[in-house]
Amino acid sequence: MINTVYRLIAPKSIRADFIDLKLDDERVIIRPTYLSICAADERYYTGSRGEAVMRKKLPMALIHEAVGEVVYDPKGEYKVGTNVVMVPNTPYEKDPIIKENYLRSSKFRASGFDGFMQNVVSMRRDLIIPFDYDPAIAVLLELTSVGMNAVENFDAHANANRDTIGVWGNGNVGFVTALILRKRFPNAKIYIFGVQQHKNDYFSFADDTFLIDDIPEDLQLDHAFECVGGRGSEAAISQIIDYIKPQGTINLMGVSEKPVPINTRMVLEKGLTLLGNSRSNYDDFKKSVELMSENDDVKEYLSTIVSEVVYVRTVNDMIRAFEDDVNNDFKTIMKWEI
Amino acid sequence: MIYAEILAGGKGTRMGNTAMPKQFLMLGDKPIFIHTVEQFLLNTRVEKILICTPKQWIAYTKDTLKKYIANREKIEVVAGGATRNDTIMNGIKYIEDNHGLNDDDIIITHDAVRPFLTQRIIDDNIEAALKYGATDTVVEAFDTIVHSKDGKIITDIPLRSEMYQGQTPQSFNIKLLKGFFESLTEDEKEILTDACKALVIKGNDVHLVRGETFNMKITTQYDLKVANGLVEGQTI
Repeated sequence: MINTVYRLIAPKSIRADFIDLKLDDERVIIRPTYLSICAADERYYTGSRGEAVMRKKLPMALIHEAVGEVVYDPKGEYKVGTNVVMVPNTPYEKDPIIKENYLRSSKFRASGFDGFMQNVVSMRRDLIIPFDYDPAIAVLLELTSVGMNAVENFDAHANANRDTIGVWGNGNVGFVTALILRKRFPNAKIYIFGVQQHKNDYFSFADDTFLIDDIPEDLQLDHAFECVGGRGSEAAISQIIDYIKPQGTINLMGVSEKPVPINTRMVLEKGLTLLGNSRSNYDDFKKSVELMSENDDVKEYLSTIVSEVVYVRTVNDMIRAFEDDVNNDFKTIMKWEI
Repeated sequence: MIYAEILAGGKGTRMGNTAMPKQFLMLGDKPIFIHTVEQFLLNTRVEKILICTPKQWIAYTKDTLKKYIANREKIEVVAGGATRNDTIMNGIKYIEDNHGLNDDDIIITHDAVRPFLTQRIIDDNIEAALKYGATDTVVEAFDTIVHSKDGKIITDIPLRSEMYQGQTPQSFNIKLLKGFFESLTEDEKEILTDACKALVIKGNDVHLVRGETFNMKITTQYDLKVANGLVEGQTI
């Protein structure tokens, strides 16, 4: 069949391209129902990745956060109409030690190849997971899986002190990571550190929230998560180093275009561990699907960070979603009716 | 039931030579009509897909389907008629004979040589046909339409903002369409070759569904070259 793929061809410019899609036994055909815009998509959309990156990556369909319904499975493994989440990380090898999302051979949707802005998506069978709740919330499963990847990594490497955990950044990644920490470590004190009070106010499940210019001097943390990224990374990591206890872990999650200076003298003196985190794998998705399935409050909390749902039926609607997203506090979701 | 009827009635006869009908020519790695059928196959609301093809091409159509499509339970091949409307009515007769007719049955009629349609266009046709009974897929006219009765001088130039270009699908409540065709005289049937046009002239409302400019009809070698230029192979 001829599949329509909506590709970014230049900053703020999306074009319909056509792919001759094979309907073979290996793949399941999914029709996307909800897509969610990530900061990474927005950086491509606005062209802020820089000309060299844009030249190399475009044309490319954006969006790596999406759910959809099965419309065709020649093997009959998935019933037509089944809601599934699509895993954007596409591995090509297995490694006994290294997770798929860190293997250099893996490809990632809307980074190494076309994302989910398509009429239908042809998915490998091992990269879809069914779920049975509202797809408008389930579209946040990819974001959740990224938090899950980081929290798993933290749990595997951090020392046994788990009394106080700080989360720097009150955006989407900070929210979902803090929420997973809340569920995983119910007795720990979870503290949020953000720039804007009105965004801090969303974190009702946290034990306390602080503005970054008004942190009590005697506050101490066992561990911290940096969910800031960009130009704010340096200041956030610097503050974390000030407030973290010796031998704590700093879990880095914020993406930055430029190298970030770090006060290594104090990292050394305090014996800190810096843990890098990026993206997620199938298992992180699986755990995230279960987390949402077993916890109604997680679904409720996550639904509060959907800032806007844009109904998308034309390329102009897509443009509007990306333009609106710049001004939205949290997530912009596209209800995909293409 | 929601039926799709793929109109693959073209015989490809030109100047006395019989060429391979356009719907069977290759677009990318498959014949054009296979792409079209597959798009309907992926729509979960479409329950049956009829392919109406010239009688002498039925066996060929079936062979080609077998070659390219593994799951063919939804697909049936029916003989087309002499005109577009005859073809549509042959499909409806086939439905009536084999599946019976219900009040809310609809049929989405679509040119086999428009393989670029989208799921959204199919969905909108289904919704509009269920709600209004008759629907036509159109795009706004980009070019100025010039009306000339004698082909020599301009009769008039209609307001472009009110002009649309007709595409397909055209979708109908089956009983409505059948009743309407049966009410036409033989002379009227001769003139009213387009089902939507016939309905409109006889005072029925036909609602518009937004098409896409790329939902092009492949009728000439030029179109086929353009279409093949647009389509890329699957890389991952």
